Amino acid sequence: MRKLVILGGGTAGTMMLNKLSRVLNEDQWQITVIDDSETHFYQPGFLFIPFGMYGQKDVVKPRREFFPMRANVVISGIDRIDADHKRVILDDKSVVDYDYLIIATGAKIRPDQTEGLLDDEWGKSKFDFYTLEGAQRLHQFFESWHGGRLVLNMTEMPIKCPVAPLEFLFLADSYFTARGIRDKVELRLATPLSGAFTKPKATEILGGLLEHKNIKVTPDFGIARVDNERKMIVSYDDVEVPYDVLVSIPTNMGDECIARSGLGDELNYVPTDKETLVSEAHDDIFVIGDAGNLPSSKAGSVAHFQSEILFKNFLDRIEGRPMHSSFDGHANCFIESGFGKALLIDFNYDVEPLPGKFPFPGIGPFSLLHETRMNHYGKLAFRWMYWNVLIRGAELPIDSKMSMAGKVAA
Amino acid sequence: METLEILGKHLAVDKDGNLVNRADWNEEIARAIAAQEGIGELTDRHWAVIRAMQKAFDRDGDAPSIRRLTNESGVDVKTLYQLFPKGPAKKAAKIAGLPKPKGCI
Ligand SMILES: Cc1cc2nc3c(=O)[nH]c(=O)nc-3n(C[C@H](O)[C@H](O)[C@H](O)COP(=O)(O)OP(=O)(O)OC[C@H]3O[C@@H](n4cnc5c(N)ncnc54)[C@H](O)[C@@H]3O)c2cc1C
Repeated sequence: MRKLVILGGGTAGTMMLNKLSRVLNEDQWQITVIDDSETHFYQPGFLFIPFGMYGQKDVVKPRREFFPMRANVVISGIDRIDADHKRVILDDKSVVDYDYLIIATGAKIRPDQTEGLLDDEWGKSKFDFYTLEGAQRLHQFFESWHGGRLVLNMTEMPIKCPVAPLEFLFLADSYFTARGIRDKVELRLATPLSGAFTKPKATEILGGLLEHKNIKVTPDFGIARVDNERKMIVSYDDVEVPYDVLVSIPTNMGDECIARSGLGDELNYVPTDKETLVSEAHDDIFVIGDAGNLPSSKAGSVAHFQSEILFKNFLDRIEGRPMHSSFDGHANCFIESGFGKALLIDFNYDVEPLPGKFPFPGIGPFSLLHETRMNHYGKLAFRWMYWNVLIRGAELPIDSKMSMAGKVAA
Repeated sequence: METLEILGKHLAVDKDGNLVNRADWNEEIARAIAAQEGIGELTDRHWAVIRAMQKAFDRDGDAPSIRRLTNESGVDVKTLYQLFPKGPAKKAAKIAGLPKPKGCI
């Protein structure tokens, strides 16, 4: 029996498991997936929870519902990978051997990385919405809040879904307007970037939207610490931003099991070939999703495009052929902009998000970098697609390679 | 292709305003870019960071993020911000003649 082990049964791990289960002969291949919990989270849905648009039932399902029958499911923490001996050590020290390994352990928030962030006030006046509990606590807080200064701070890049902080602010604008207290709420983005986003054209358009919605921006803000006494965040160059409520996107890092394995960079991301998706250190290890160090966005859509490349390269690899597929960094993200509208961006390693139309067979074109209702329905439909198509490893009618069709070049 | 006038020369720059050709770079150019970026005299500590940045780029094909830069240069984050205010990684990369770090995607 040849052994494939997949670490992490989240978005990317579940996709790969489903895709490969269909083609790897059951008599020849044993496929194991390891994850430490029974619950699969639809993380993109966390964004809507603080505003009461989604509840817990919309974002959690049992993981096993999405695993194929033949999969050998191990629910356990992963202690570390022993790559030299091709084995994985679990928390209880038991050992799982592999011929090939796919690392899909994702990224998580680490509020402990910022001085003063994680103390008694965490969950009271300082929140995150990158976890279910964080988003739920924030929802409770908002329900009885009468206004004040709300500061959203991104600690450092890269983060999962780099547009989520902007979406949060756009939705907050919409939510407090509906509650009739928008004039009592000051909204501010304190960001380490020089503007709203990482790429020029999108930064210009999204920056315009922030201004239009009266959301203030403190750019180039590298947070050094939270001054809890004075309720301020303080940057390394001593800029102080006061808050009544702080919504933090803490440092995102790969799992500690990557560090324990000696396979990570300074943020525990696995150095990975950005085209083949093979680990740079070990050619029998593939990496997919947020766990890798690729200069692509950390997003479910990106993991999906990667999964098609990884699938082909994996089959080439086990058949002893040269790997012929290469990932181009394709990302495709809806950006919720409040009041029932959204934008869409589509880009890759080389082409920044551009305006224009995005063809989508069956539903019709979406508008790129432009607010429409249609895009908002696209964003909401993404949840259905996620549970029913994406993680089941089925095809989406979007090519894994970015296309210029419909885009208006700058 | 955009260009930037430095010391009487028109040098090709990318959309972030960083030099396209490493061959165009030298210490004199670095001092001129630093002046344009509002950073005064380049001290030994500035140069240590710039060199560390170039070394990391030559090895990794990407300019390091702030976190990696502290490891590479041995200079702590607070000091990096004093040397290169408002985004040390971005600023130091520009002065070092390198593209903006890709890390911030
Ligand atoms: C608020 C928010 C909004 C988002 N919005 C969008 C969006 O609109 N569109 C989009 O495309 N993407 C969005 N994303 C990003 C998307 O959710 C992630 O990029 C995607 O889930 C990554 O998949 P993954 O498989 O790499 O990681 P995950 O889905 O996080 O899976 C990692 C798995 O590994 C397991 N694991 C990790 N370490 C261990 C260990 N030591 N032992 C055992 N198990 C372990 C975890 O339990 C987890 O199940 C959003 C994310 C957030 C937080």
